[in-house]
Amino acid sequence: MLAKFSLRELLAGGIFVLAGAYFALEALNYEVGTAFRMGPGFMPLLLGAVLAMLGIGVAASGWQKPDTEKPLPPSWRGIALIIGVVIFFGATIRGLGFVPVVFIGAFGSAMASRINSPLFAALLAAGLTVLCTAIFVIGLGMTVPWFGPWLGQ
Amino acid sequence: MDIIGYLGLGFSVALDPINILYCFIGVLLGTLVGVLPGIGPTATIAMLLPITFSLSPAAALIMLAGIYYGAQYGGSTTAILINLPGESSSAVTAIDGYQMAKKGRAGHALATAALGSFFAGTVGTLLLAFFAPPLARAALNFGAPEYFALIVLGLLVSIALAHGSILKALAMIVLGLLLGMVGQDIYTGTPRFTLGIRELYSGLNFVSVAVGIFGVAEILRNLENEKGRDVMVKSVKGLWLGKEEFKRIIAPVIRGTALGSILGILPGGGHILASFASYSAEKRLSKQPEEFGHGAIEGVAGPESANNAAAQTSFIPLMTLGIPAHPVMALMVGAFILQGITPGPNVINDQPALFWGIIASMWIGNLLLVLLNLPLIGLWVKMLSIPYRALFPAIVLFACIGCYSINQNIFDVFAIGFFGILGYVLIRLGCEPAPLLLGFVLGPLLEEHLRRAMIISRGDPMVFLERPISATLLGLALLAVIIAVLPSIRKKRKEVFVEED
Repeated sequence: MLAKFSLRELLAGGIFVLAGAYFALEALNYEVGTAFRMGPGFMPLLLGAVLAMLGIGVAASGWQKPDTEKPLPPSWRGIALIIGVVIFFGATIRGLGFVPVVFIGAFGSAMASRINSPLFAALLAAGLTVLCTAIFVIGLGMTVPWFGPWLGQ
Repeated sequence: MDIIGYLGLGFSVALDPINILYCFIGVLLGTLVGVLPGIGPTATIAMLLPITFSLSPAAALIMLAGIYYGAQYGGSTTAILINLPGESSSAVTAIDGYQMAKKGRAGHALATAALGSFFAGTVGTLLLAFFAPPLARAALNFGAPEYFALIVLGLLVSIALAHGSILKALAMIVLGLLLGMVGQDIYTGTPRFTLGIRELYSGLNFVSVAVGIFGVAEILRNLENEKGRDVMVKSVKGLWLGKEEFKRIIAPVIRGTALGSILGILPGGGHILASFASYSAEKRLSKQPEEFGHGAIEGVAGPESANNAAAQTSFIPLMTLGIPAHPVMALMVGAFILQGITPGPNVINDQPALFWGIIASMWIGNLLLVLLNLPLIGLWVKMLSIPYRALFPAIVLFACIGCYSINQNIFDVFAIGFFGILGYVLIRLGCEPAPLLLGFVLGPLLEEHLRRAMIISRGDPMVFLERPISATLLGLALLAVIIAVLPSIRKKRKEVFVEED
C-alpha cells in the first residue's frame, strides 16, 4: 500500500498538513469573529484549513507514482556544522564578542566542506575575521565589542 | 513638470557623486554574485539589507537595484565561459554561448551579451519611466477590495510561472501567508503564534526568513555534491564584433527586448521565462535553426536582451503598486520599509527625487555594467577560479552578522537556522522556496486589505465582484490558475523549465 506512494510527495504533504493543522488549531484560541468584523483568528483558521487540505492533495498526488530516482544523501556534517555555527553565533555574540565568534564561526563553517583541510579552514577564518571586522565594525560602525565580557574585557 | 523635467530631476539625483558611488558598488557586487555560481542576488540583497539602514533612501535603493540587474549581467559571463549558469535566467545563454567559447569566439559572445543587455536595459528603463506615472495615478484610486484582488492576482500568477507541481506551489504560498501572520494582530494587538516568545511579537524577521531559505538552504544543498569547476577560457580576446555579426544580432536583440519587457512585469520570475521564450522564438525564426546549440550568436543575443529587459520592467509593479513581482522585489519592499517609506503609488508624488533618481540610476548602472564587463573581463575570469568551498563560509557569516546588526536581536540569528533547515527540507522534497517568500511578504497586506474591505462592505463578500477593477483582477487570477492547470500548458512549462535544474 505504502510502496505505491511517492515518499517525496507523502513527506511534503505531511509537512503541509502538520503546519496547517498547527496554525488552524492555534487560531481557535484567538477571537475568530464574523465575516463583517474578522477577529485575529479568522484568517489563520481559514488559511490553516486550506493548507492542510492542500497537503492532503500533495500527498494524494503521489499515489501510484513511487519515486524512481534516489536523491543524493544529505551532507549531515554540513548540516550540523552550518546550523551549529548559526546557533553558536547567536548564543555567544554578546558574551564572547565579535572577533572570536567570527573566527570560530568561519572555521566551523569552512569545515562543513569535505574538501577543506583544517589548515585551509584556519587560514580562511583568519582572513574572514579581518575582512568582517574591517567592514562591519570599523567601516559600518556596528555596535558590538571586539572581545566580549566573557573574556574579561 | 513633463517627463523630460522629471528625468532631469532623476539624473540630478543619480549623478550625485555619492549616489554614483553606491550605484557602482551595487553593479559591481551584482556582477560578482552573478559571476559566481552558488550565490544569487536574492541572498546577497537579503544580507546587505541591514547595511543599507545607515544610507540615505536614494543611495540604499540605487545600490540594491544595481545588485539585481548587475547579477543578470554577470550570470551570462559564467554561462559563456564555464557552461554553468551563474543565474537561473542565464541557463539558456549557456547553450550557445559556451559553444561559441569552445570555438574560440568567447569574446564575441561576451560582447553580444553586454551590448544586447545594455540596449535592453535602456529600453526597459525608458518603459519604466513612461508607464510608471500613469499606472501610479490609476492605483491611487484603488481601495481595499482592489488591493486585495491585486495581491491575489500577484500570488496566483506566480504559481503559473513557477516550475514543478502547482499544488505544492499553492501550499508554499499559503504556508508563507501563515508565517507572515506571526506576531501581533494589526487591529486588536493580540499576539499570534508567538509561542510565548517576546521577540516574536513584532513578527518574524523578514531578513532571517530570506537569508535562511535562500542562503543557508542553498549552501546545504550544494554541500551534498561538491565538485570543482574548470575555467576553460583563460584569457578572452576579440571583443569587437564584425559588421556581419552586428547585423545578425540586431533583430534578435530587439525581439528579445520586447519579449522581456512584457514578461518582466508578470509576477514570479518573468526574467527566467523571458530568456527561454526568446531562445525558442529565435530558433523558430532563424534561417539556420540547425546552428542553434552549436554556437549561434542569435541564441546569445536574444535571451540576454530578454532577461535584462525583464529585470528592469519587473520594477514597474513595485514602484507603482507596491506589490513585489518576485522575491528580489519583495526584498526591495523590505528596503523601502527599513527606510520608513511605504512603497506604492504615493512614492512618485511624495518623493519624486527618490523615484526618478532610482530610474535614472538604472540607466547609469547599465552603462557602468558595459564598462565593467567588457574592459575588465579578465578580472571576472580570474574571479571564477575562487572555489565555492572558500565562498560559502563567508556567506554564512555575512548572513549572521547582517541579521544580528539590524536589531541586535539574537533571536533573528536563531531564526536563520530554523528557516535554513525548513527551506532545505522543502527544497529536497521538490517545493520551490520563492512562492513562500512572496506569500510571507504579502500575507500581512492581504489580511489587512481583506479585513478592511469586509468592514466597508459590512461583511458582504460580493464587494469583490461588484467593483469592476477588483472583479477583473480576480477574473485574471482565476484565468492564470486555469491556464497553469491545462495539460498542454503543463507540458510546455516542463519543457521550458527542464534545463534549469
